[in-house]
Amino acid sequence: MTYTKRKDKRKMDETRPIIAKVGIIPNAKGSASFTIGKTTAYAAVYGPRELHPKFLQDPKTGKLRCNYNMMPFSGTGERIRPGPSRRSKEISMVTQNALASVMDLSDYPNTVVDVFVEIPQADAGTRCAGICAASMALADAGFKMKDIPVSIAIAVADNKTVFADPDYAEETLNQTGEAEHVADIAVTILPRTGQVTHLQMDGMVSKEKLFEALEMAKAVTKKINETLKVALKEQFKVEASK
Amino acid sequence: MALKVENKSIVVPGETLAEGMDFLPGEGAFREGEIVISSRLGLVNVDGRAIKIIPLAGTYLPKVGDRIICKVFDLTYSGWRVKTNTAYAAMLSMKEATSEYIEHGADLNKYFTIGEYIVAKIINVTGQNLIDISLKGPGLNKLKPGRIIEVDPCKVPRIIGKQGSMVSMVKNSTGCNIIVGQNGLIWLRGEPEDEMLAIECIKKIEKESHKQGLTEEIEKFLKDKTGGVIKKPPVMEEDEPRERREPRRDSRSPPYRGGPRRDSRSGPRNFNRDNRRQRR
Repeated sequence: MTYTKRKDKRKMDETRPIIAKVGIIPNAKGSASFTIGKTTAYAAVYGPRELHPKFLQDPKTGKLRCNYNMMPFSGTGERIRPGPSRRSKEISMVTQNALASVMDLSDYPNTVVDVFVEIPQADAGTRCAGICAASMALADAGFKMKDIPVSIAIAVADNKTVFADPDYAEETLNQTGEAEHVADIAVTILPRTGQVTHLQMDGMVSKEKLFEALEMAKAVTKKINETLKVALKEQFKVEASK
Repeated sequence: MALKVENKSIVVPGETLAEGMDFLPGEGAFREGEIVISSRLGLVNVDGRAIKIIPLAGTYLPKVGDRIICKVFDLTYSGWRVKTNTAYAAMLSMKEATSEYIEHGADLNKYFTIGEYIVAKIINVTGQNLIDISLKGPGLNKLKPGRIIEVDPCKVPRIIGKQGSMVSMVKNSTGCNIIVGQNGLIWLRGEPEDEMLAIECIKKIEKESHKQGLTEEIEKFLKDKTGGVIKKPPVMEEDEPRERREPRRDSRSPPYRGGPRRDSRSGPRNFNRDNRRQRR
């Protein structure tokens, strides 16, 4: 039995509906929300500010520090235990690495730029939504960046069907018996050059299918990038038409 | 060969601005191979062959010569440390703070104490963004009671306007005294209602800073609020220079102030007095 038609009748390379907003948190230097289907991520950027403890400071450049957090009520019933967990620490690190390579913080030596990513509602793909929200928030804060990184999850069912942006039901196809095995590939891409800044995978996949998934990710991230660009510009356009 | 975006349009990081070698990347842009790419969120400004991005958001970077508003948060052996609304603290040395002679080991709280705000000029910035400030110059002083508000430092040039046109318009319509610091802190003082109006107005300028013809709009906004009444802010009396408060002691003809003349026991004092002359 293979998974050939998607549960919610999407095309294989179609994402869930995206809503991107910028400047949602007035107190932050930059902020954004990124909603994809039933997954929502908020990101807020603060700083640059002094970095403590001092030994972490870098006299050549500022540092990026990301924090990912799932809210207690964000799951599908079970309360998520608040506070840092093994999972959230990993995702914080991954988010930081995915974004750090595009940032130019050399104007702010010895400082840190904080990015807080909160997930108020989760339905798979939270780290990708978090990275998208964080990169928008950093652009909104006015930092120098080479590009706006866009992140997306690509799934491969039974090493046959490649599809973009799985939701929770699709991520757990193997549990419901609709597929034997699902590989979940989270990837962050710089849309302009197609460079990959972050790549993670759960499950198994053949080399060919991995490349197919990456090609799909490139195409999908280009589309999402357009949405993010519009969102970033919109805050100025709306006011101009008043 | 050509521009890919319109002049004065809004661009985001990573957006291609121009192709070919005919254009040069300016501030906020960079070249990658044949193309010029934006590196920040802002307005495109094409000036001849150079393309630069005027940022619509961002952080204040200290520059020599800028007038900033800062807050004293530490007293050190040789001066004051102040917060500058950036990630970096600035140093105000005794020498730059006042022309008055400060005795060795004097209580620096007498001059500026923790929590006070000052308007100062940046006189030096190192590569590591260590900032030195000075209070020597016109209009640089401790701030009187008033309100301090914070705005985006990128919007400060717009709030000031060409040759200060915008801020003087707000001053003259609201009757508030306003001092704008380049670091995004603004001090204002007036009647409470006037202060609120001035704040509202400044926030409006900050929000709509990317618009064209903003000056006219703000003029209209102020006219609607005040009914076109021109209300000049009270002239701020310059603080009397400190040394004038005490009678000037001139070593060439020391005034006899009665009482016994100082003898050798007060030697250090005399020594200091001589020093003071040299410092001026």
